[in-house]
Amino acid sequence: MMSSDIQIVLPEILLSVYAMAALIGAVYTGKDRLAAPLTWLTALVMALLAVMIAGGEGAREGFNGMVVDDAYARFAKVAILLSAGAVLVVGTEAMARRGLLKFEYPILIALSVVGMMVMVSAGDLIALYMGLELQSLALYVVASLNRDSVKSTEAGMKYFVLGALSSGLMLYGASLVYGYSGTTLFGGIIGAANDGHVGMGLLIGLTFVLSGMAFKVSAVPFHMWTPDVYEGAPTPVTAFFATAPKLAAMGLFARVMFDAFGNAVADWQQIVAFLALLSMFLGAIAAIGQTNIKRLMAYSSISHMGFALLGLAAGTEFGVQAMLIYMAIYLTMNIGTFAFILSMERDGKPVTDIASMKLYSRAEPMKAAAMLILMFSLAGVPPMVGFFGKYAVLNAAVQSGLTWLAVAGVIASVIGAFYYLRIVFFMYFGDEGEGVQTPMAPAAWAALMGSAAIMVLGAINLFGIEGAAAAAAAALVN
Amino acid sequence: MSVADFAFYILAITTVASGFCTVVSKNPVHSVLWLIASFLGAAGLFVLLGAEFLAMLLIIVYVGAVAVLFLFVVMMLDVDFAELKAGMAQSVPLALLIGVILLLQLGSVIGVWQFSDGAEAARAAITPAIEETHNTMALGQVLYTDYILLFQLAGLILLVAMIGAIVLTLRHRTNVKRQNVVAQMHRDPAQALEMLDVKPGQGL
Repeated sequence: MMSSDIQIVLPEILLSVYAMAALIGAVYTGKDRLAAPLTWLTALVMALLAVMIAGGEGAREGFNGMVVDDAYARFAKVAILLSAGAVLVVGTEAMARRGLLKFEYPILIALSVVGMMVMVSAGDLIALYMGLELQSLALYVVASLNRDSVKSTEAGMKYFVLGALSSGLMLYGASLVYGYSGTTLFGGIIGAANDGHVGMGLLIGLTFVLSGMAFKVSAVPFHMWTPDVYEGAPTPVTAFFATAPKLAAMGLFARVMFDAFGNAVADWQQIVAFLALLSMFLGAIAAIGQTNIKRLMAYSSISHMGFALLGLAAGTEFGVQAMLIYMAIYLTMNIGTFAFILSMERDGKPVTDIASMKLYSRAEPMKAAAMLILMFSLAGVPPMVGFFGKYAVLNAAVQSGLTWLAVAGVIASVIGAFYYLRIVFFMYFGDEGEGVQTPMAPAAWAALMGSAAIMVLGAINLFGIEGAAAAAAAALVN
Repeated sequence: MSVADFAFYILAITTVASGFCTVVSKNPVHSVLWLIASFLGAAGLFVLLGAEFLAMLLIIVYVGAVAVLFLFVVMMLDVDFAELKAGMAQSVPLALLIGVILLLQLGSVIGVWQFSDGAEAARAAITPAIEETHNTMALGQVLYTDYILLFQLAGLILLVAMIGAIVLTLRHRTNVKRQNVVAQMHRDPAQALEMLDVKPGQGL
């Protein structure tokens, strides 16, 4: 029994063993001098694990159902590993330039990724919580990695305190769920819901668990930490926050909703729809007044999470598929955009002011064009790939009768388009500004250009991601 | 009255009385000591219930770590407890009222307690009967087998906490002289001492 169980969590074990070996190895040898090679090596290990996971087949349960390995978990894990690896590679040079490249950075990211992998394959409330804490705790540390900066320390502190609060909410909910269903296994909890509804106690538990997860995906009204943490954390770390953890939290969200409460869709659908509605609008409206591009990206991510939740709110297999497609596209766009943002500087000092990008296209037409594509894609302008993501979730919402929510989504996306297009406007038109330099390492340049290219070329067939997402959704919803 | 009943009353009275003394005693150090006594009484009650693992946990974690920490805080920090307690007499009625309300709520919750269908069975299935094994052994039997994954994940979380604490606080100061034990041990009089013959009235 044991060896088949270990087979299932083998990627997680390999990554944690790698992280521990790298930690010991680096401590006893070169320490921070090894940081750059170690970052690359970590990214390589993640890519190899992604290949290994992608080769898996079928659905298996291990440790008495505590972890699940199905097409859904594999889809999420591959996306998490690839995006985390990409962000590590893209950010190395920028971290080194700011003197922040410590050897613990890739190790903490690797351990955080282990947590994320556990999250998306959790089949049990305790496993869920363990994965979530492992993920979050590593993130709190990397948020305040720039410990001499007040803003970075503040970011870490805020993230930690609010994260602890959300963990508390979630644990309270989990204890109620356990109390009223008698088991922590999702497979058992789903049996406690009959006739499409759960009992009152279970419903309160569900709501608290949902609130805790909404905090992790930074859905409104649990979004307050996002702009401050995004602004304060070192930019490569912000790039990480905006990608893999979001997908992991979203993956966990869907996992809990369908695996544990799949019999009572109507009970949670309205809550998720409410979260989606508020997130889409607040993300779109609050970003308009922002002048700091990192804060702007924070609000942008809130808005995007609203759209992803829209797919989830549909409560159908098609909705989950749309959500996965949306998240995969979101990750790709964000990696490219952050590859640009983390290289923004003036006289060697990082700048994050949007106005500094005025007439940027004159200096760097290629990079400006890539950013133009990415901004259009983030805004959801056809024919960029971002549009197909939005189309998929809106379509899913309409198909399950949430037309009002889909209409609201369209309105929010039109409002949101304003601030993306304003960046484009600054780059191409308008008056002369102070200017910004964007010296890029080859990796960051490749990420920016590659991501922009995907946004254009993907319009043909989305690189076949639809099929994988459909298989993943079918594995989750049954 | 059996021995168990007798033990129960002794322990219950100890717990409640020391809890009361924790609140009313003038000296904060005495408060903490009363708190420890109250924990010990509660641990005894757990033993009477057959939950010896919880009793051990209470003593090791609360008495051994938390209460000692309290004691340190009380002794190290200059908190004027007399001032904090000055308004206590006025707030007693309010405190009593809140206490009664909480008690009533607790009663009403227990009164209407309901489980979902099958919850009882699902819970019972995991725990072996008390006659088979005592609960420390039962915990040990599942902790390192069924729950090994979670146990290891908890270990990873602690590892992250340790790395985090070091990353965020350790500073390598370059201009600090550090002790080099090997160099110290290999020092001999030939290197360290210089014999000088100082002539009277001349100095060096």
